[in-house]
Amino acid sequence: MDCGVFTTNYREDMAILHHPGAKLKVLVVVAFFLALPFMVNAYYVSVVNLIGIAIIGAIGLNILVGFTGQISIGHGAFMGVGAYAAGIMTATLGWSFWIALPAGGLAAALIGGLFGIPSLRLKGLYLAIATLAAQVIIEFGIIHWPALTRGPAGMVLPAPTIGGLVLNNDTTFYYLILAITIGAVVFALNLFRTRTGRAFMAVRDRDLAASVMGINLFKYKVTAFAVSSFYAGIAGALWGHYLGVISPEYFTIKVSILYLAMIIIGGLGSVMGAIYGACFMTLLPILLRETADFFGGGFAGLTHIMLAMQEAVFGLLIILFLIFEPEGLAKMWHKVKEYFKLWPFSY
Amino acid sequence: MYAPVSPQLVIDSLTLHFGGVTALTGVHLEVNAGEITAVIGPNGAGKTSLLNCISGLYRPNAGRLFFEEQEITNTVPHRRAELGIGRTFQNIELFKHLTVLENLMLGRHIHMKTGLLSGGLFWGPARREEELHRRRVEEIIDFLEIESIRHKAVGTLAYGLQKRVELGRALALEPRLLLLDEPMAGMNLEEKEDMARFILDVAEEWGTTLILIEHDMGVVMDISDRVAVLDFGRKIAEGTPEEVQQNPLVIRAYLGKQ
Ligand SMILES: Nc1ncnc2c1ncn2[C@@H]1O[C@H](COP(=O)(O)OP(=O)(O)O)[C@@H](O)[C@H]1O
Ligand SMILES: [Mg+2]
Repeated sequence: MDCGVFTTNYREDMAILHHPGAKLKVLVVVAFFLALPFMVNAYYVSVVNLIGIAIIGAIGLNILVGFTGQISIGHGAFMGVGAYAAGIMTATLGWSFWIALPAGGLAAALIGGLFGIPSLRLKGLYLAIATLAAQVIIEFGIIHWPALTRGPAGMVLPAPTIGGLVLNNDTTFYYLILAITIGAVVFALNLFRTRTGRAFMAVRDRDLAASVMGINLFKYKVTAFAVSSFYAGIAGALWGHYLGVISPEYFTIKVSILYLAMIIIGGLGSVMGAIYGACFMTLLPILLRETADFFGGGFAGLTHIMLAMQEAVFGLLIILFLIFEPEGLAKMWHKVKEYFKLWPFSY
Repeated sequence: MYAPVSPQLVIDSLTLHFGGVTALTGVHLEVNAGEITAVIGPNGAGKTSLLNCISGLYRPNAGRLFFEEQEITNTVPHRRAELGIGRTFQNIELFKHLTVLENLMLGRHIHMKTGLLSGGLFWGPARREEELHRRRVEEIIDFLEIESIRHKAVGTLAYGLQKRVELGRALALEPRLLLLDEPMAGMNLEEKEDMARFILDVAEEWGTTLILIEHDMGVVMDISDRVAVLDFGRKIAEGTPEEVQQNPLVIRAYLGKQ
C-alpha cells in the first residue's frame, strides 16, 4: 500500500527508499552493524560473518532461480570455482587478495555462464540435471587436479592484508564481509529496477512474450547464470580466505541444496528473501546445537540425535514452505508489516 | 515512418504443418503501411499460427516473409521486435508477477541501452535512461487510462484491464507493425468499445500498421480497411469489409455458421 506516500516526480517514484522514514531506518541499521563487533563477543561476530557470506551466495542463487526462473543445483560448485581460483592466486601465485577476489568471482562467472548454455534448450528437471552435471564435473575436477588444487587434502589460504593490517581475525574480517555484503545487496536491488534485471524477470514469467518484446533469451539466460555464479564465486573466495583453508568437501551438492533451501524458505525472487533465508539457515543449526547442549547436558546421545535431525528439519521446512508459503519468509514478514501498518484499524 | 512504395508486409505462399496437421496452406497476404487489416475465420482456421509466423514464434515449412522489403523468414523473434514488429497474444501473456509499469518498461527494452553493470550501479546514465523512458511509458498509461493501476501486479488485475495493459506493453515498443490476436475476446460491450477506440487512435495518431484477429463481425466491419478470411489454413477471400461480407464462400464457411 502506498497510502500516505505521494511522489512528485519519477525519480522519487523510482527510488528504492521512497518512504520518508526508510532512509533513516537504513542509516540506523548500517550504524548498528558498524558498531556490532564492539557490542558482542567474537563468537557472535563469527556467526554474523558466516551469515554475510551466505547472504552473498543466496542473493546470487536467487538471481538465477527466483528472478530468472532457471533452476541450478550447481551453486555449491560455482562457489568452489571462486574459492579455488582466488585461492590459487593468493596461495600458489602469491597475488594480492584484492585482485584474487574479483578474479575468483569472474572465474566462477565464466564457468557458470558456460554451464548455463544448455538453459536455452533445457527447462525444469532437465536443466536441473544439467546443472547437477556441472556440480559433479567441477567437484571431480577439484579432487583430481592436485597439481592445481592439492586434491582432497585442500589448500591453506593466506589472510588478506590491507595497508599494514592483516585481516586474520573475526572482527577485522567482519568489516570486509559487511562492505561486500552491502555492495551485493545494493547492486541486486538496482539491477531489478533497471533493464537487465527486468529482462531476467520477463524471461522467468513468460519467455515467449519476452522474446517478442525484443529480449534475447539466450543472452539473458547465460548472463543470469554468469551473474549468479559471480556472486557465488565472491562468496566462495571470501569464505575460503576467512576460514583460511578450503577443501573439496566445502563445495559439495549439500551446499547447493542448502542454498536452494535458503532462497525457498526466505522467498524466491526477492533480495530480502535471500537475506532472511541466509540468516535463518545459518542460525538454525546453531540454535539446534545449543538447544541440544542445553537439554542434552550429560547425555551425549541426545546431542547426537539432534544434530542428525538437522537435515531432516531442513527438509521438512522446505516442504512446509513450498506448500504453505511459497513466497517464503519475505512474504510472511510483509504480511505482518501490512497488518501493523493499519493496526488497529485492520479492516 | 516507412515510405509505402510497396506493401510493408508481404506474406508469400506460407505453409505450416504440425506433424499431420496443416495449419496454413500457401497463404498469401500483402499489408500496406498504415492500414488496419482484420484476419477472420472459424476456430482452428490458422489465424494465430499466421501471427506466430509473422512474429517469428513459428517457422513456416514453406514460403517467405518480407517486412519493409527485408526478408525475415528466418529471423529470430527478438530481432523482429527490433525491426519494429510488436504483438499481443490471444491468451494474455503478460509478465504476471511484475507491475503494470514494469511490464510497460519491458516494452521499452529495445529502445534502452543500460547494461548489467551500469544498471546494478544505477549511476548517472542508467538513472537518466530510466527517467526518460518512464516518461514515455507514462504517456501510454495516460493514453490507455490506466493511471490508477500503474503500481499493481498485473496478475491481480481483471481480465479486461490485463488485455489493455498488454496492448500498452506492445505500444511501448513503438512498433511500425502491430499484431493483435483477439484483443476484444471475452470483453463486455463497454470494454470492447474502449478497445476499438484505442485501436483506431493508434492507427490514426501513431500511423501504426495493424493486423488484428477478431471474431466480432460488427467490430471488424467498423474498424478495418481490409479483411482476409482464413478457413482450414487457406485464405478463401480478401478485400474491403463490404466485399468480404458479400463473398459467398465466406458466407458459407464462416458467417453462415453464426
Ligand atoms: N503449437 C502447435 N502444435 C500443434 N498444433 C498446433 C499448434 N498451434 C496450432 N496448431 C494447430 O493449427 C491449427 C490452427 O490453429 P490456430 O492457428 O491456433 O487457429 P485459430 O487461431 O484460427 O483458432 C489448429 O488445428 C491447431 O490445432
Ligand atoms: Mg487463435
